[in-house]
Amino acid sequence: MYKRLLPIVFSAFVFLLAWSLAARYSGIPNFILPSPLSVWARFLRAVNDGSLAYHTGITLSEIVLGLIAGVTIATILGYLLAKSRSLEKILSPYIVASQAIPVVAIAPLLIIWLGDGILSKAIICALIVFFPVLVNTIVGVRAVPAALYDLMNSLHASRAQILWKVEAPASLPVFLGGMRVGATLSVIGAIVGELVDAQSGLGFLLRVGDFQYDTPMVFVAVFTLIALALMLYGIVRMLENKFLKWQNIS
Amino acid sequence: MSASILTVRGLSVVFSTENNGLHALDSVSFDVNSREFVCVLGPSGSGKTTLLRVLAGLIPPTSGSFTFSGGEQPSIGMVFQQATLMPWRTVTENIGLPLEVGKVNQAVAREKIRDLIELVGLQGFEDSLPRDLSGGMAQRVAIARALIHDPDLLLLDEPFASLDAMTRERMWMELSRIWQARQKTVVMVTHSINESLFLADRVLVFTQRPGKIKMDMEVDLPRPREDDIRYLARFGELARQLRATIE
Ligand SMILES: Nc1ncnc2c1ncn2[C@@H]1O[C@H](COP(=O)(O)OP(=O)(O)OP(=O)(O)O)[C@@H](O)[C@H]1O
Ligand SMILES: [Mg+2]
Repeated sequence: MYKRLLPIVFSAFVFLLAWSLAARYSGIPNFILPSPLSVWARFLRAVNDGSLAYHTGITLSEIVLGLIAGVTIATILGYLLAKSRSLEKILSPYIVASQAIPVVAIAPLLIIWLGDGILSKAIICALIVFFPVLVNTIVGVRAVPAALYDLMNSLHASRAQILWKVEAPASLPVFLGGMRVGATLSVIGAIVGELVDAQSGLGFLLRVGDFQYDTPMVFVAVFTLIALALMLYGIVRMLENKFLKWQNIS
Repeated sequence: MSASILTVRGLSVVFSTENNGLHALDSVSFDVNSREFVCVLGPSGSGKTTLLRVLAGLIPPTSGSFTFSGGEQPSIGMVFQQATLMPWRTVTENIGLPLEVGKVNQAVAREKIRDLIELVGLQGFEDSLPRDLSGGMAQRVAIARALIHDPDLLLLDEPFASLDAMTRERMWMELSRIWQARQKTVVMVTHSINESLFLADRVLVFTQRPGKIKMDMEVDLPRPREDDIRYLARFGELARQLRATIE
């Protein structure tokens, strides 16, 4: 553990050092490249006045809502598509076509329709999470070995038993792979929505910081976003470590 | 001998879409009596696995019929040609699967699993995952799994093919013992003439594809059959007869 952390700590140190030196000696003004210390000071101020927690909370709720909705719908639909070739034939052109529409382009539309609150961002988030989870669910369920179906059928197992005892665990590795991608993308979804129009959230902080030449604030928001994305990624990795111990690689 | 438990009449299987009309089984008819041990011998590709899959209800026959006495599907314990374990389940959990599917009480299940682990000689590997087992050990897990829910009908597809000679012969004895003690009906596919003579009441010999029954032979050797049965003159006669039929 200690050995694994050491290179990370070291590279962070080098990065911060290079950043300080660049901010100090390059002659770039502070409102374009603030020093690490001024970012740190801005961070403390945002923590103390509660604004950072508030806006992070808003963004996080958008992400969580979007993830829950996107993952639930993608998993159910993905399962149905994996099980029914005819349903797949009917729906897949629409699903593929929908992926050709950049979410960034329809974000303003969604906000016009649904308002600039949490709901529209959660839906943008769900849309962006939807596809990787859908695809991986389909791939995962299709890859369940036919022999295991034979085994369950020879035992007269019910559909529900086949789902929970075979299909779910067998497709979990691929499914969680989709979740890993989806979790990281969900942060982008929320921010895209907030950048278009919002009264709160980290994307709102970004815009305000930009508008007021409060560049340290922009940096604080960006780092918070990175932390959010890493946290979500870490949660999926934790699930993988917990549930995929049976695999050689996890 | 008691009444027939399984009646197979004119059973044919044609795999239509792939291989344009591949004929796997051609009009196979036979009966299996209750508590009988039937071995199926035949060349590779003669439809032996296909027959077991039909009997287990995994594929429908193209024509012909098979009926179980009593009319309904009996409970089945099947050992597939490959071990077919769930890689995310431990040995114990894999063996217990049929009990879970049948919603058997957990305490009862644990007891039965322990007995069977002992029977197939996997003590110490209760919590191992399939990836840590050898091929033969995995197959023994599959055998234990097929026995655990005390099925009416055992369908065994070359269950001992991947075992070493010592273990295989021990498993023959154990299977004989279980079959006699628990009064099972068994249909077992094998490539081994010795194995079929050790275990079976009857041997069905299949032809090359499409599989037809070439010979239906009673094995009138005394029971219980111990290792030295192979030195009986009758054993040699039957073995010769089978070998001649198989070519
Ligand atoms: N699902 C399937 N679709 C198409 N053809 C199949 C299918 N299953 C089996 N066959 C074909 O049916 C024939 C009989 O196969 P089967 O597996 O029953 O043979 P077998 O007697 O068990 O052979 P072996 O001793 O090698 O296991 C083979 O030619 C095989 O290619
Ligand atoms: Mg076979």
